[in-house]
Amino acid sequence: MRFINSLAGRLSKGRRSPLAAPALLLSALLMSAAAVAVFTPANAVNKTSDADAIAKGRALFLVGCSSCHGKNAEGITSPDGGQYGPSLVGVGAAAVDFQVGTGRMPLANPGVQAPRKKVVYTEEEISQLAAFVASLGPGPAIPTSADWDASGATNEQVVRGGEIFRTNCTACHNFAGSGGALPGGKYAPKLTGVPEKYIYEALVTGPQQMPVFSDAVLTPQDKRDVIAYLKTTESDPGYGGTSMGALGPVSEGVFAWVGGIGVLVMFAVWIAAHTARTKKGSAS
Amino acid sequence: MSKAFDSNDKNAAATAKPNKAGKAAEWADERLGLAGLAKKNLRKVFPDHWSFMLGEIALWSFIVLLLTGVFLTLWFKPSMAEVTYQGSYAQLRGLEMSEAYASTLDISFDVRAGLLMRQIHHWSAMLFIAAMIVHLMRVFLTGAYRKPREINWLIGGGLLLLGILEGFAGYSLPDDLLSGTGMRIADGLVKATPVVGTYMSFFMFGGEFPGHVIVPRLYIAHVLLIPGLILGLIGAHMLLLVYHKHTQWPGPGRTNDNVVGYPMLPVYAAKAGGFFFIVSGVTTLMGALLSINPVWKYGPYNPAEVTAGSQPDWYMGVAEGLLRIMPGWESHLFGYTISWNVMIPGQIGPFLIFGAILAYPFIESWVTGDKREHHLLQRPRNAPTRTAFLVSLMTLYGLLWAAGGNDILATQFHLNLNSITYFMRGAIFIIPAIAFFVTRRWCISLQRHDNEKLLHGYETGIIMRSPDGAYSERHLPLDEERAYSLTARDRDQVYVGAPEADANGIKSRAARKDRLRARVSAAMFDANVQKPTSAELADAHHHAEEAAAQDHALIGHHADGHELDGHREYLVSDEPLRDH
Amino acid sequence: MSAPTEHGAEVAAAVADPIADPGLSEHQPRPTDVDPAKEKRAERQVAALFAISAISSILFVVAYFSFKIGEKPDVVMGLGASHVALGLTLGLSLLLIGVGAIQLARKLMADHEIVEYRHPAVSSEEDRETALASLRDGIAESGIARRPLVRNSMLLGLGLLGVPVVVALRDLGPLPGDALEHTVWGRRKLIRLVQDVTGTPIKPEDLEIGQLVNGQPELFFEDGANETYDLQSEKAKAAIIIVRMQPDEIAAAADRKDWGVDGILCYSKICTHVGCPISLWEQQTHHLLCPCHQSTFDLADNGRVIFGPAARALPQLPITVDSEGYLASQSDFLEPVGPSYWERG
Repeated sequence: MRFINSLAGRLSKGRRSPLAAPALLLSALLMSAAAVAVFTPANAVNKTSDADAIAKGRALFLVGCSSCHGKNAEGITSPDGGQYGPSLVGVGAAAVDFQVGTGRMPLANPGVQAPRKKVVYTEEEISQLAAFVASLGPGPAIPTSADWDASGATNEQVVRGGEIFRTNCTACHNFAGSGGALPGGKYAPKLTGVPEKYIYEALVTGPQQMPVFSDAVLTPQDKRDVIAYLKTTESDPGYGGTSMGALGPVSEGVFAWVGGIGVLVMFAVWIAAHTARTKKGSAS
Repeated sequence: MSKAFDSNDKNAAATAKPNKAGKAAEWADERLGLAGLAKKNLRKVFPDHWSFMLGEIALWSFIVLLLTGVFLTLWFKPSMAEVTYQGSYAQLRGLEMSEAYASTLDISFDVRAGLLMRQIHHWSAMLFIAAMIVHLMRVFLTGAYRKPREINWLIGGGLLLLGILEGFAGYSLPDDLLSGTGMRIADGLVKATPVVGTYMSFFMFGGEFPGHVIVPRLYIAHVLLIPGLILGLIGAHMLLLVYHKHTQWPGPGRTNDNVVGYPMLPVYAAKAGGFFFIVSGVTTLMGALLSINPVWKYGPYNPAEVTAGSQPDWYMGVAEGLLRIMPGWESHLFGYTISWNVMIPGQIGPFLIFGAILAYPFIESWVTGDKREHHLLQRPRNAPTRTAFLVSLMTLYGLLWAAGGNDILATQFHLNLNSITYFMRGAIFIIPAIAFFVTRRWCISLQRHDNEKLLHGYETGIIMRSPDGAYSERHLPLDEERAYSLTARDRDQVYVGAPEADANGIKSRAARKDRLRARVSAAMFDANVQKPTSAELADAHHHAEEAAAQDHALIGHHADGHELDGHREYLVSDEPLRDH
Repeated sequence: MSAPTEHGAEVAAAVADPIADPGLSEHQPRPTDVDPAKEKRAERQVAALFAISAISSILFVVAYFSFKIGEKPDVVMGLGASHVALGLTLGLSLLLIGVGAIQLARKLMADHEIVEYRHPAVSSEEDRETALASLRDGIAESGIARRPLVRNSMLLGLGLLGVPVVVALRDLGPLPGDALEHTVWGRRKLIRLVQDVTGTPIKPEDLEIGQLVNGQPELFFEDGANETYDLQSEKAKAAIIIVRMQPDEIAAAADRKDWGVDGILCYSKICTHVGCPISLWEQQTHHLLCPCHQSTFDLADNGRVIFGPAARALPQLPITVDSEGYLASQSDFLEPVGPSYWERG
């Protein structure tokens, strides 16, 4: 406190406003109070609320998830050796937040791939489920906004993110993040309109067929750069008109035939069509 | 000096007082002697039909390509030298890329109307080739390729090939990720050539792929060599068109010996010229509103990168589809590799399809032995085998195109990528065959339908009840013009072949060929329905008159169903003729 | 259609039209031909089309100078304003000239059909005779036919001119030699595997099960790599992917047992079909799919082809760990990477 006092005094020397020193002091006081509020009670509360959340999460899990993933999330093996649901031990809170937060889980019906759909659980329930699964074994935690927030990225970082994106992601997700096909009816989903947090979580956890991009190789900064590139490109105006789904030359070709040739043939029909004639009788 | 000028002026004024245009024409004629040419061609007749304008779409697209292409060359730098991009598109700034790609970005972002011209150029290229194919289909389906137009048929084929080559070269110039991937695949195709493939690849790229020379080399082909050839062939194509005069549909007064239509000046010039502006206007609007090949999203070419949805432009779709569905066959013989999996789809398949269609007219003329000139078009139904052949090839083309976009089909329609491929492997053989038989039978029943109309008249939709209670639909005869148009076609002659072998019983090669010809001729024409003979027509008309007499008796009884509602008696013969 | 000349007479009888040609139908006037009011209206219509086109051209100029492009372009409704405005105005001025001209031709120009007679494409017998005679005279006067020595030597000379034309193209490119059989991985032993773009070297413990790294040899990230290597050409062969699977799921061939590290395997990224880079890795099935033509390789089974047009397994790079614990190559690929070629064997 004495340090802040003296700092305020020194800073205010060169200033005109006599209110500067008290104002700075006040804000410093508020900040330290906030820090105390954030840190101390959090630790104290965490223990009880953690246990509470895990218990609630377990209850939710038993109702909504255990039929496929097993009562202890150990996974259920089907008679033919496959899996109804994989083991969730060690997948971490991030995986739960991604799968449930994007509506992929709980699965509506079995299929080759869990599609993105309406989210079933509330945010609080998702965090309780995540807490429960995280308690089963160590795994990636839910990233904070400090991890995924790329809004302050420099242009250089955006450019770098583009490079990483084109090397690692476009093969499946397409150059504009429009998604692409995988074998056997599976697919890489669209990336446009996906919140930053879920992109980050997908990179860390490798959901479904997607490979993992661990922090040790693709650092959190690399991941933020990719997110920055995606979000920047998404907000680009349509420089050359509407994008027609940004699917590449196939949609362009379809349009050239259906739209281009179609319209021009209609014009040709009009040009060569016989014009209206008057009745024979009225000709003079 | 001025004296001479004066006297000249006086002379001119004295003779005819020509207006300015006349003077200019006189000036030109005195030096070029154009009047002789002009007198023949200024009022040259062109028949009018929408399908005769399909080739024009291609021609006008080509002009648009030339104009926009010249605009693009003013900024494009065909070089693979590495530069650091410092232009307006922030997401790529500071990256190393080829000058070709950087200058394409500059055209797109730093030249006003640059992106517009790029997009018009690309759309025109797609339309150019599409229009050539539609035009080819029209010529094929109507038999317009028959004598004396076989050479023009081949020139057209050459134009299509060159157009596709030109398009592919243009696709590769921007050196973005997509065009580089295309070149990578082209390199794979070249390398699969037996014996010389590796050498061809090294000579093409000036060493190992991608090297540093392919963009400038493709550029000179794209802006000079191929367009020059295309222009020359278009010139020849048009000259032959003028010399042969355009074909026409048969009809009253439209025979094999004349051509009926509007004169070049003014109607045809206005229509053709107007169509140029329409084609360029439509293409410009497409360029304005529909983004095509957004190179900035693909990024510069990097041989370690690829994107989902890597496809060539549509006209390469056949090769792409074949490449995708081909099983992985490869032979290893005496230490050499033969890549059937690349050679068949890339170097053999597309040319086989193309060759089949180009060769068909010659096979047909060998079978018929027809040496006459043909200037009247055939309706597609009147050549069932030919029509069915083209429809089956179109089906094949469509299937292969779909196979080339199997990943897009899979994602857009939630299908299984592998199932599409397995399906296509069988479908490209089975479905075109089905299409062939269905089309052939369809054509033949349409021919029958035509004969029905000729013999028994068209259906009026009026149901008559005879005194003994039988119901029948009333038919009325076609009017004379319509009936003539339907019968204005040749009868197919099935070639039966020369009498079997010679006296010694030796089957010569010529005899074998002759028998083959007879067999193909029977297959092509035997099932066709021929137009009725005069006797059949007379007979049918006699019947019709009898029936009409009966009907007349009924009409006398006001049995038209409107006796009670106060409408006047409905006379079918007042109705305009229906169009089928 | 078929009229073999030998059956001329018979054909002529059959071809005789069952219905006689009624001749050209009478010309019927259009409303604009007989009704002056309609004619005036059509005239105004065409003029209006041309006038709007002219206005549109002026608007093009206005748009050209008023909308900004470049780094901060003007945007209207989410689209590039300059581009769309220029395109719409230019497109409209072109289209309307066209529509106006067509309307002019359809409504106002004389529309009497004209008949022109055709002539056979063949030249007259007389012309043909004269041409042939001239040709014969020309050849005779040249004396080529009488002097076989001159003729043959000329043909030889002309024929051999083709040789310089072909030979002069020799320097289009170097001969292949064994260039396709090696990659930069063969430059030395223990080249580190690094992540592409960032150049991060990789330790086995950095990789999780199900991880994919798109990699390159470290050589490309050393100082002066730009000068030492033709980067694009070398990357086109040396690009790799590194994946980690459960060790017990890998069915390595007998001679490949020591090619990986703890379930980490490294394969060429270049497809053996026509050379697209592949990195669509399904971590659960261990399948790698090529986005270009859908060849699918099983990375748990030595890169074997399980689907699609590729014929050969994906080449595998034997890897190990260097003294500092980073993943590094044991040697070059043991077979040529990328698409097949004739001499590949």
